[in-house]
Amino acid sequence: MSQVPTSWFLMLGAALFALGVAGFLFRRNIITVFMSIELMLNAVNLSFIAFAYQLKQVDGHLFAFFTMVVAAAEAAVGLAIILTVYRNRATLNIDDVDSMKN
Amino acid sequence: MQLWLIPLVPLAGFAINGLFGRRFSKSLVNLFAIGSVLLSFAWVLKTVYGLGDLPTAHVEHYFTWIRSGSLDIGCDFAIDRLTAVMLLVVTGIGSLIHIYAIGYMAHEGGYYRFFAYLNLFMFFMLTLVLAANYAVLFVGWEGVGLCSYLLIGFYFDKRSATNAGNKAFIVNRIGDFGFSLAMFLIFVNFHSLDFARVFGQAPGASVGTLTTIGLLLMVGACGKSAQLPLYVWLPDAMAGPTPVSALIHAATMVTAGVYMTARSWVIYTHAPVAMHTIAIVGIATAFFAATIGLAQNDIKKVFAYSTVSQLGYMFVGIGSGAFSAGIYHLVTHAFFKALLFLGAGSVIHALSGEQDMSKMGGLRKKIPWTFWTMACAAVAIAGVPPFAGYYSKDAILVAAYQQAPWIYWLGVATAGMTAFYVFRAMFLTFFGEYRGGGHPHESPPVMLVPLGVLALLSLGGGFAFRVPDFLRGVFHAGGSVEDPTLMLISVAAGLLGIALAALMYWLKPGMADAFAGRVSGLYKLVYNKYFVDEIYDAAVVRPLVGGSRALLWKLMDTAVIDGMVNGVGAWAREVGGVLERIQSGNIRSYATWVGLGAVMLIVAMGLAGGLIR
Repeated sequence: MSQVPTSWFLMLGAALFALGVAGFLFRRNIITVFMSIELMLNAVNLSFIAFAYQLKQVDGHLFAFFTMVVAAAEAAVGLAIILTVYRNRATLNIDDVDSMKN
Repeated sequence: MQLWLIPLVPLAGFAINGLFGRRFSKSLVNLFAIGSVLLSFAWVLKTVYGLGDLPTAHVEHYFTWIRSGSLDIGCDFAIDRLTAVMLLVVTGIGSLIHIYAIGYMAHEGGYYRFFAYLNLFMFFMLTLVLAANYAVLFVGWEGVGLCSYLLIGFYFDKRSATNAGNKAFIVNRIGDFGFSLAMFLIFVNFHSLDFARVFGQAPGASVGTLTTIGLLLMVGACGKSAQLPLYVWLPDAMAGPTPVSALIHAATMVTAGVYMTARSWVIYTHAPVAMHTIAIVGIATAFFAATIGLAQNDIKKVFAYSTVSQLGYMFVGIGSGAFSAGIYHLVTHAFFKALLFLGAGSVIHALSGEQDMSKMGGLRKKIPWTFWTMACAAVAIAGVPPFAGYYSKDAILVAAYQQAPWIYWLGVATAGMTAFYVFRAMFLTFFGEYRGGGHPHESPPVMLVPLGVLALLSLGGGFAFRVPDFLRGVFHAGGSVEDPTLMLISVAAGLLGIALAALMYWLKPGMADAFAGRVSGLYKLVYNKYFVDEIYDAAVVRPLVGGSRALLWKLMDTAVIDGMVNGVGAWAREVGGVLERIQSGNIRSYATWVGLGAVMLIVAMGLAGGLIR
């Protein structure tokens, strides 16, 4: 594969991560925010894999799998929370969910 | 010899009455309170009877109290003849006064509390005299001070009484400060606080050390035994019930200082300067207090100043090297001064609480028993031969003459004044017309019997109990000097005082007022006790209180310490108030902070040239 340089993967990862951050910051819908988080996680996964390939080491793969496991758990818990929030408050607007303050 | 039984029985009495006395009937309280003291007295009698010749003190070791480094203090009791004399006085007079108190306190509230404190006092006083080292003595010393405080403030709903209690306690702290320093010094120099070891080594120590120790011990004794300049608490201590005045503030506790200095006689014989200082303080106190006694109208105040004055005599005895004479006077004084106080209590009781002699008079016919017993005490304290005071006072004065004639002459003048003010009190109280309202009534037998016993002791105690002969072995003293001329002079001074009192307050009643009017300035000065309390108040108390308030309270405590603590708290609040804004509860603002933080980290790393190098 004398082909795509590693830096491209990294740039793609960075772009995806930036998109995730932007989505997280600027969207108000909880589900969208949640998806942005997933996007960031996967962007990082991409970087891990790219580095693992570049350095010919297995550590990056391990980390990617690990992230996936955590992401799966996080998705389960997060979606449950979102459901509960929606049931209790009839809203998915993240700005309305600020009762932790004070 | 089971010495521990002597103080422990009253302690048990205290515990029983103190814990359960509230529910007891008065007779049950009496049973424990008086029973315990009588048992203690009986045990003392048995112990003293079996004492034998006893060339050195018999010491009993119970347990080690403190062991730290080279400091080894045991809970030890010891008995020698000096202790035996003190034990007999404390338990004997104590028993009589306990019995008397049954009648005197019959109508007072807090009956069980009174007897519980009195028993506790007996415990500490007996610990004090039985102690075989300075530390145990100090325990008793402080304990009797505590009981004195509790009993002076017995009528705790009266502000003056609680103030008097505080005064006694605080003034005694000054003396105790000196005593503590003396103990430290003794330990540093002799590596022990045991009497036997200290006095064994004392002759080898330097005169300077011994003088310092002696003077510091004297400071302690001055506080406890009400000598100049720390005597001011004793007259105020009369706010307590009269049996307390008799037991604690006349017969026993205030003589603890005399006992302690006599106990330390080895130190004093090797420190002539300290000893001479004691004599000077003693005679100054004796003379000074006697002059105040001349013009007091409160019957208990007269006897209070008389006590201060007589304690001064005892110190003259100690300071003249006549230790046994000092103890002799301690014993006879316990007889007649306890009697005077108990008699005064009987008078006060008869008049339902009246203490002002200007509202008495003519009581001789109304309360004859009280009168006759008090008359016995009066002739005894006036030094009329052959009654108790004559022997001991002359023993002291003759010894003082050997030391310094001027002390003797001041002592004679004091003897004259003593006779004068005591008989002045007698004439004002018992002669002339009755000047008060109400109907005086004689006290019950339970009060009169102790008066009678003490009257016999006042009359014959000096003759019957030859204390100096008994104590000869303790102080290694030679035979006492007899000097008929000196004796005659002091007896004459006493008789002159009596005659003058009779003339001014009995035969020609107007004369005293006329005389007081002629020297009104001096009279006012004496009547107001030389304004010593006021001077102390202005010179010591007010600056101290004011300084504490302004400097320690307002500046140090409120401004600095509180300011620091409050300042830290306020600062934390301020910072928190600012930081609080960050915690908006808005999840996206948190994310923004995280994002910004990440960016800043990356920038910082970029500027620093990368993390890993």
